[in-house]
Amino acid sequence: MNTPVLTAHALTKRYGTHPALTEATLDIPAGRIVGLVGPNGAGKSTLLALAAGLIRPTSGHIEVLGRKPAADAEQLARVGFVAQDTPVYAGLSVADHLKLGEHLNPTWDKQFAADRIKQIGLDPAKQAGRLSGGQRAQLALTIAAAKRPELLIFDEPVAALDPLARRAFLQNLMEFVAEIDVSVILSSHLISDVERVCDHLIILAESRVQVAGEIDDLTAGHYRLVAPRGTLTDLPDGVDLIAADHTDRQTTLIVHNTNPTPLAISGAEPIGLEDMVLTYLHRAEGTTAPTLEETRA
Amino acid sequence: MIDFYLEPRSGVAPYMQLVHQVQQALRLGMLTTGDQLPTVKQVVAKIAINPNTVLKAYRELERQGLVAPKPGRGTFVTATLAGEDLTAQAALAGELAAWITKARGAGLDDEAIEAVFTTTLRKAQQEQP
Repeated sequence: MNTPVLTAHALTKRYGTHPALTEATLDIPAGRIVGLVGPNGAGKSTLLALAAGLIRPTSGHIEVLGRKPAADAEQLARVGFVAQDTPVYAGLSVADHLKLGEHLNPTWDKQFAADRIKQIGLDPAKQAGRLSGGQRAQLALTIAAAKRPELLIFDEPVAALDPLARRAFLQNLMEFVAEIDVSVILSSHLISDVERVCDHLIILAESRVQVAGEIDDLTAGHYRLVAPRGTLTDLPDGVDLIAADHTDRQTTLIVHNTNPTPLAISGAEPIGLEDMVLTYLHRAEGTTAPTLEETRA
Repeated sequence: MIDFYLEPRSGVAPYMQLVHQVQQALRLGMLTTGDQLPTVKQVVAKIAINPNTVLKAYRELERQGLVAPKPGRGTFVTATLAGEDLTAQAALAGELAAWITKARGAGLDDEAIEAVFTTTLRKAQQEQP
């Protein structure tokens, strides 16, 4: 369990001249549930496909569970990947899917798969094309988990689901994690879901990793500072300015304290996960870096 | 057995929310010494949260001396927060009521009173976490 689940160094993927992922450097410990957030086109699917070994990097290095992604059959068996919209074979029945899984995966856990299908309440004879979105997602999750991987990768597993189906899917996923000791990487637009199920976060925007780390560390390290304009002229060492808003009277700063000690500035308020994510996404969109004193013409 | 819930917009870290809920249940006498907390699996199946979050909450409660794990059986309450706490609370509430009367006398409205209270509490938290 001590091998990191994913390490990347200057990982880059370009399609022609279009950068899909630029110099991503990551180190994710094992046993985490990792949330990958960012706007559409930020590079989330590219990063997940690189981790699953579906595509090769243009440059840089990536290792998953200590080895090159999809290096051989053994490595493939260690990683379960569920693509966007949880695809299944519409013409095949639920039972056919399980049979297929059993034939294609040397580590298939038949009992586990049968138990889960029963617990979710899926009819084995039903064609997958006739399942609801939520049931289809549950089937895809069961198949990915029944191969007993060490890492499960999901590309926006809940994006198309209604709130009830979404919650049911996450409950099921968390039960798997509690039961089979697996690391998870999932991308999502729903910060509240990420806050609920994830303990590690990667924010991607404009093809770059904006920030990554343990969620509790990140939320404890980000603060909002509000002060009369002109009074916040200097920040302590190790405190990064992420965003600055100036009105004629007031300055509002979002800062990231990278020191191990709490931030000792009066008036500093912790910010929630959602505000923190949005701050990074806004910053990535902006063209100029924030400054402590706004210069006006 | 108690049930947990999660308030997504509270701004309080999920594991701390679980810690607070156990403390609250202990204070109100809904949990007492010897009671079992829900297993990690029961909690994750019920409210769809990360098992590590539940473990972290239980470790924090253990650190506070409120619960202890029994290997293979689960996590059990070992202390209570009710009792003397309730008496102390009544006395403190009386003092606070007197202070509120004083604040009103000084011309503060309810919102101003709340603001003074929360900012002072926050300052105290920052000075003595």
